[in-house]
Amino acid sequence: MKIVVCVKQVPGTSEARIDPETKRIVREGIKAVINPFDVYAVEEAVRIRERIGGEVIALSMGPARADVVLREAISVGADRAILLSDRAFGGSDTWATSYALAQAVRKIGDVDLVLCGKQAIDGDTAQVGPGLASQLGWSQATCVMAIPEIAQESLVVKRMHEDGWDRCRVRLPAVLTVVKDINQPRVPTLRGRLAAQKMIIPTWGAADVGAELGKIGLEGSPTRVVKTEPPPLRGKATLKIEGSAADCAEAFVRELRLKGLV
Amino acid sequence: MLANTAALRAEYRNVWVLAEVLNGEVQKVTWELLGAARDLADARACELWCILLGDGVSRAAQQVHSYGADLALIVDDPRLARFDDEAEAAVLIRLVERYRPEILLAGATTRGRALVPRVAVKAECGLTADCTGLAIDPATGDLLQTRPAFGGNIMATIRCSQHRPQMATVRPRVMAARDYDPSRRGKILAESLLPGEAGSFKTVLEVFHDADNAVNLSEARFIVSGGRGLKDAEGFSLLKRLADALGGAVGASRAAVDSGWIPYSHQVGQTGQTVQAQVYIACGISGQIQHLVGMQSCDYIVAIDKNPETPLMKLADLAVVGDLYEIVPAMIRALAKT
Repeated sequence: MKIVVCVKQVPGTSEARIDPETKRIVREGIKAVINPFDVYAVEEAVRIRERIGGEVIALSMGPARADVVLREAISVGADRAILLSDRAFGGSDTWATSYALAQAVRKIGDVDLVLCGKQAIDGDTAQVGPGLASQLGWSQATCVMAIPEIAQESLVVKRMHEDGWDRCRVRLPAVLTVVKDINQPRVPTLRGRLAAQKMIIPTWGAADVGAELGKIGLEGSPTRVVKTEPPPLRGKATLKIEGSAADCAEAFVRELRLKGLV
Repeated sequence: MLANTAALRAEYRNVWVLAEVLNGEVQKVTWELLGAARDLADARACELWCILLGDGVSRAAQQVHSYGADLALIVDDPRLARFDDEAEAAVLIRLVERYRPEILLAGATTRGRALVPRVAVKAECGLTADCTGLAIDPATGDLLQTRPAFGGNIMATIRCSQHRPQMATVRPRVMAARDYDPSRRGKILAESLLPGEAGSFKTVLEVFHDADNAVNLSEARFIVSGGRGLKDAEGFSLLKRLADALGGAVGASRAAVDSGWIPYSHQVGQTGQTVQAQVYIACGISGQIQHLVGMQSCDYIVAIDKNPETPLMKLADLAVVGDLYEIVPAMIRALAKT
């Protein structure tokens, strides 16, 4: 099975900064990490290959230094990696990003399965996975917590919902987004790290994947960020209570009542 | 579609709400969306349509009218009983092309967030995820969509001025539903599922509804959440009793989930769920930044911890210093008395 796993380089938590000009997230000069959900996608791709054979290709769209997250994927078992990088991709929203990734998947060719993390922790949209499935015209399943069966033409997946889960048979080719429950990611071996260091990662630009310029970057993005601001401040200071359990419990109920919450 | 002139944009009219239907029942988030969308439709002087896709959804028509919709657009078909995202997307794309709404809103639920991106890509229009604020720009008539990013550390306002329809998923429990008005009447428009729209990509084999966890985290008014300070899995049965007393749901920190004390579906935070409860009660959770980003937009936060200096105790509106194993049972008793 030929599997593409999409990984995203994201700024480490709590380092959010916004460019006042473009209103987009500033990525330069900030410690970048692999998106936490994508680690599970990489692990699952490698496990499927170990089970039934095939190839795992890690794919990332981002700046030149996003090769770091691709090397992380190599270190835990991906066979090769491709970096999708071009100034023309800059400012892409989820529509344009899913289009660019779809072009890369088409160029890779004969792909059976694409795995993504459920969402990235910077944009928090969860839109690129299903968007990619739509661009390709493939099946999709989101929030996948297990893949109990893999057949030639289909997969059985278990999807997590707010109120439980369901199990469905999904025709291949397909795009799946995975949640943390799906596996326990391995730690890279020394050998894996060395392989990752040595790996030559090709960079594909917009022209290489045949992307139409009107469909990528700011121009290809229907949405525009027009304003960014800090979230509203939380109300007044903390009310601290201590004392006997009964006193605390009474104070708790009193506060909830005062606020009209019970 | 690209709509870069006023004449092209004028071809798109009305505000749509895609109903969230679970086991044949329309979910509360739909009433919230109708409440918000009613204001948008009034600002645009157009109709509010509610789209009902599912099995047996025709009987919800009166309900959606009562919550503010002018028209119920219904595709009632047993093949839509279970969540087949590709089928629902195919139907929705067809309806969007035919009736050309100006705005389409859906719940930012796992289903909404799976389905609408598929539609937006095909309809070549913008989509904003997990909005917490919606308004019409009086100058242009565009929808201004406000959403948290970076785990709520930044609020971004997004506009989609050159494409129609404008699509957004909206976080549950943020918008206010209108009062139910059973005397309110509206129109009904029925459409059928076309051959090939359902079942060609996936077949749902089995659905498991978690009855113990019937109050889900995204819809819960109260969440009682536990962390490392619980010390064992047993602690969650105590938290469940408090949650039951409040009619709420049980959440957990990553530490508690990774210790195997409670399933991942309860995890709140960066690699779990983002919640927007009215009251969030954190029991023995120190409050790592990865947890805070998942719950800091709850209205009222209570923390219970022996250590008054944890990040969560400092963030909380009410910080209770003490042993949660003494305080939580006392809370349950105090609530029973009220």
